[in-house]
Amino acid sequence: MSGIFRLTIRYLLYNKLKTITLVLCVSLAILLPVLLQFGISQFERDLMARANATPLVAGMKGSRFDLALQSMYFSQADLESTTMQEVETIQETGYALPIPLAVRFTAQTAPVVGTTLDYFEFRKLKIAEGSSLQRLGDCVVGSNVAEKLQLKPGDRLMSDPLNVFDLSGNYPLKMRVVGVLEKAYSPDDDAVFVDLKTEWIISGIGHGHQSVDAKTDKNLVLQQQGQSTVANAAVPQFNEVTEENLASFHFHGEIESFPVTSIILVPHDQKSEVLLLGMYDTNASSIQLIRPVEIVNELLQLVFRVKQLFDANALLVSISVGLLLTLVFILSLRLRKRERQTMFQLGCSRSTIWKLQLTELGFILAGSLIIVTLLTVVLRVYIHQIMRLWFI
Amino acid sequence: MIRLQQIQFRYPQSPFQLSIPRLEFKDGEKVAVVGPSGCGKTTLLNLISGILVPDQGTLISCDLDLKTLDDSQRRVYRISKIGFVFQEFELIDYLNVRENILLPYFINQALKLDQSVQERARELAASMQIDQYLTGRIDQISQGERQRVAICRALLPQPEILLADEPTGNLDPANKRLIRDLLLEHATRTNATLIMVTHDDRLLDQFDRTIDIEEFHEVVTAS
Repeated sequence: MSGIFRLTIRYLLYNKLKTITLVLCVSLAILLPVLLQFGISQFERDLMARANATPLVAGMKGSRFDLALQSMYFSQADLESTTMQEVETIQETGYALPIPLAVRFTAQTAPVVGTTLDYFEFRKLKIAEGSSLQRLGDCVVGSNVAEKLQLKPGDRLMSDPLNVFDLSGNYPLKMRVVGVLEKAYSPDDDAVFVDLKTEWIISGIGHGHQSVDAKTDKNLVLQQQGQSTVANAAVPQFNEVTEENLASFHFHGEIESFPVTSIILVPHDQKSEVLLLGMYDTNASSIQLIRPVEIVNELLQLVFRVKQLFDANALLVSISVGLLLTLVFILSLRLRKRERQTMFQLGCSRSTIWKLQLTELGFILAGSLIIVTLLTVVLRVYIHQIMRLWFI
Repeated sequence: MIRLQQIQFRYPQSPFQLSIPRLEFKDGEKVAVVGPSGCGKTTLLNLISGILVPDQGTLISCDLDLKTLDDSQRRVYRISKIGFVFQEFELIDYLNVRENILLPYFINQALKLDQSVQERARELAASMQIDQYLTGRIDQISQGERQRVAICRALLPQPEILLADEPTGNLDPANKRLIRDLLLEHATRTNATLIMVTHDDRLLDQFDRTIDIEEFHEVVTAS
């Protein structure tokens, strides 16, 4: 080992606290703009990729950002629901394939996405284990959900109640896990997919209970009119769909009036897209049709404006750290004047003495760069999760 | 042989001036330099070691006219010919005892650190009775032991001239005599010229002669 390196390492190790403090200071000063730039780029890539893969989204008029983010990322936004009637209307135009989404509930905090099988085809989602949705009460879980909750086909997953104190509200449904999706590196990995009808059962629109007839306990009967028997609220409802009780599940009302939170539209061609946009571009309509790409661009403009503030801040921090380093360097030179004098008297050249000081600085910078690189690598691995956790 | 003739030296912006009409040190001679603080004892050592250059006069050491040498040549002269021992020891606190002894080899590319040097360092430490502390820290040994480390460091490159600037100034009487004797013993063994600055009259008896730098005339001749 060269003498300079030996002396440098010995000095830095002897002054551990000073060395660590300086390395961390410099690391933070470098890390701040690097992470910001890296994070924003990844954020932009993520958002744009998902937005580009989602041509049009329809939903009730209100926040365009909420509508776009919930349709793409299943974020828990309080969106007003539209109905299946709208899905049928779009279907009838023949301009696009409508894929309804109902995102109102969660299961073990993962969003429960009620949709049709078209969604899996549209997002090119593949089943890694088990099968696709087969009947009411089935669910297919994203790879991250399966990993986090240790789920496999055949397991059961309970939906979360919206409000545990609301006895008249929706009851949790014990869903049968029939499949696990392949990793898609998208929000689909973090969702639980069910058929729309299953989602409506969770919401209480549909339910199953024991048959109510003349033989039923009188305490459970509200009214008896000839062949028709009306049960009261004391009739226990099934909280799980099984082969035995499947037939008892039914819905009250017309399916056209059942809620969906948004509809993804896949236009057949560009002309159809334009026609659809024109169809909904009217004040009379209660529905808005958005292009997620445009919404994401707007969102990114906002992010970039905020980033400029962060950039200015990072610049100031860097200048401060630079000045701090200079101060430490000058103070160190002053404190170690006798050491330098001794070395000079022992025959050390002035250039070697400077090399020694600069090598110490170099080691601190190198240490900082290593930390920054390591953290950047770690960030690269977890960037998707972090982005989703912070921004969406 | 070190010969100073008509030497004039003055620090910039300082009234202090050292004037030495004529002064010689023979090879292997052991000389004590005395005088009150600020009279120029350290300046004399710095002139002999080539750290300072006289404004006027001639300074010949080891057959080299130091005034005619450039910085780099004087550095080579200092590395190859001079061993320095300081009053405050000037050891490096972040190095262990062994590394402090080897310090000249870490900071001078002209000195090659090989196995024989390492062995010589160990022998020197053993002769100074500090070999048990070689891997220890400087702040864990006594003042007298620290000065012995500094002497080892000065002696390791086998200098022809050993300059000691009040090396016993911070030591108790027993250690003062011990350090003086060690310096004299090693200088005698290697036939090095020893020039030692001291304030302590009780240490002068073992030197060949003593120079009072204030009056600048020889006051004692031991042999």
